[in-house]
Amino acid sequence: MEHLFNILFVSIFPGNILLSYFLGMCSFVAVSRNMSTATGLGIAVVFVMTITNPVNWLVYHYLLAPGALAWAGLPHVDLSFLKFLTFIAVIAAMVQSVEMIIDTFSPALYTALGVFLPLIAVNCAILGAALFMVERDYTLMESVVYGFGSGVGWMLAIVTMSALRFKMRYSDVPKGLQGFGITMIVSGLLAMTFMLFSGMAV
Amino acid sequence: MKWLKDLFDSQKKHFEKGGKFERFYPLYEANRTLFFIPGHTAPSRPHVRDGLDLKRLMSFVIIALLPHFFFGVYNAGYFANLNSGLPLDLVSVMQRGFVIVLPLVIVSYGVGLFWEGLFSVIRKHAISEGFLVTGLLYPLILPPTLPLWQAAVGITFGVIIGKEVFGGTGKNLVNPALTARAFVFFAYPVTMSGDSVWIASKAGATHVADAVSGATALAVSAAAAGPAPVEQSLAKAGFTLKTLFWGMYPGCIGETSTFLCIIGALFLCLTGIASYRIIVGGIIGVLAMGLFLNFIAQPSSSPYMSLNPLYHLVMGGVAFGITYMATDPVTGPGMNRSKWIYGFFIGVLTVIIRIFNPAYPEGAMLAILFMNMFAPLFDYIEIKVKLKKRIPNV
Repeated sequence: MEHLFNILFVSIFPGNILLSYFLGMCSFVAVSRNMSTATGLGIAVVFVMTITNPVNWLVYHYLLAPGALAWAGLPHVDLSFLKFLTFIAVIAAMVQSVEMIIDTFSPALYTALGVFLPLIAVNCAILGAALFMVERDYTLMESVVYGFGSGVGWMLAIVTMSALRFKMRYSDVPKGLQGFGITMIVSGLLAMTFMLFSGMAV
Repeated sequence: MKWLKDLFDSQKKHFEKGGKFERFYPLYEANRTLFFIPGHTAPSRPHVRDGLDLKRLMSFVIIALLPHFFFGVYNAGYFANLNSGLPLDLVSVMQRGFVIVLPLVIVSYGVGLFWEGLFSVIRKHAISEGFLVTGLLYPLILPPTLPLWQAAVGITFGVIIGKEVFGGTGKNLVNPALTARAFVFFAYPVTMSGDSVWIASKAGATHVADAVSGATALAVSAAAAGPAPVEQSLAKAGFTLKTLFWGMYPGCIGETSTFLCIIGALFLCLTGIASYRIIVGGIIGVLAMGLFLNFIAQPSSSPYMSLNPLYHLVMGGVAFGITYMATDPVTGPGMNRSKWIYGFFIGVLTVIIRIFNPAYPEGAMLAILFMNMFAPLFDYIEIKVKLKKRIPNV
């Protein structure tokens, strides 16, 4: 239990997928302009990550890993070179279903998210989390917790960023830095303050 | 003072629109307003309760910081002389202290003002008094032995990335002095932490071995092991609650005396500059987290967890940070309830980092920067909550 809690804590704070691995920057920069879309996308990412990580775990450990096909009588087959392709396909399928669910239950959020929801399919944070999960040899339960934690960490970062940008409407940013430039500088400062937790584990 | 006014008035035409030095108007204006109150009035109807302007606000913070400065000079000089075996009378101690501290202050003001001036000329905004506070706060949170070029690099980062890219004073997101210190802390860890950076000794002077232990109270507490309580290890190293409160121990130049921080906090609260909510929230945060850890501490866990929470308040830079940096009205939250939460979390995070993060002995700097980043979010949520309570317009 403590071990799972540790994975959760590490994936939210010291190993924040956005602020310490810099994955998922594109939607982070583009969507953080507005608080409600940022929250919506954050929730969508938490949801997608929590689902795709265990599904990818199952796919990897029962189809792709070296020796995973032993149950089908093929113990010497190693399909792990297919993991990038398969993971992307699984994530895309998941995102499609999430899109349909949001469209049904919250059309307002669906319109607000617009093109960014399909873009989650190619959000590197989600693929990154799946690949880290393989690399770190997580169990199924650990991969669920890790996916959820990474999603929450990503959401925390984008919501904070969007509040910061809301405050920055009073700022007088030099012309050349407006928009993406200042957002990257603020992300850098945000990442620096997240170093507060570096080296910590529960 | 007539001649001074005449001097400024006679030069004014060169700096106004169409004059020879039109570009340098901010420099002229900054110098003039040092001596004279600016004559212009607000273009729109002001909604103010008090004539407190930026100038008085910043000047009061500087007044509150001066005792720290002089005490820091005395403290740095005292330990430098003690360590080098030199006389400890007031005059020679102050002399030594000024030799150590003044260069840092001059570098901080000089380099910082250069950038501030450059930006104000290019971007055509006024040079703000805000920098005078940053420029004094920054050397006060540095160890006395920091090489001057590193101090210059730090204040450059703090002023440019921490403030000027956002448009100058009042528009920044993080405290510039703390950003500068954090930059130096991460870029040059060897000269910013450890046991040997807190006491400057005279070059070539015979080093009196073991005259003073260089380890800070925080380092001693973090290293304490075994069944003996941390208080005992601290007392053995010369840190009693009393010493830590009055501040006669080596540390960052201005941060050591909790007593002066209390006086400064009272002064700033009574003059309406600092928010008492943030300060009290911070103190409650430190004490609550300390007590909570005392409560859950087991014999097998680190003895640091059982430390009397009062020690957390007087050790290191937390008192100084809560008084002067957390209360920064620009980077802190604006709503009353957010201020309580903001202060509280600064206190809690400081204690958590001190005890659980092996990488940093002190957490106040990063805790305040971290909460700076979350201040707008607290305000946003607080405003949403307030709006929900309102009776909707029919």
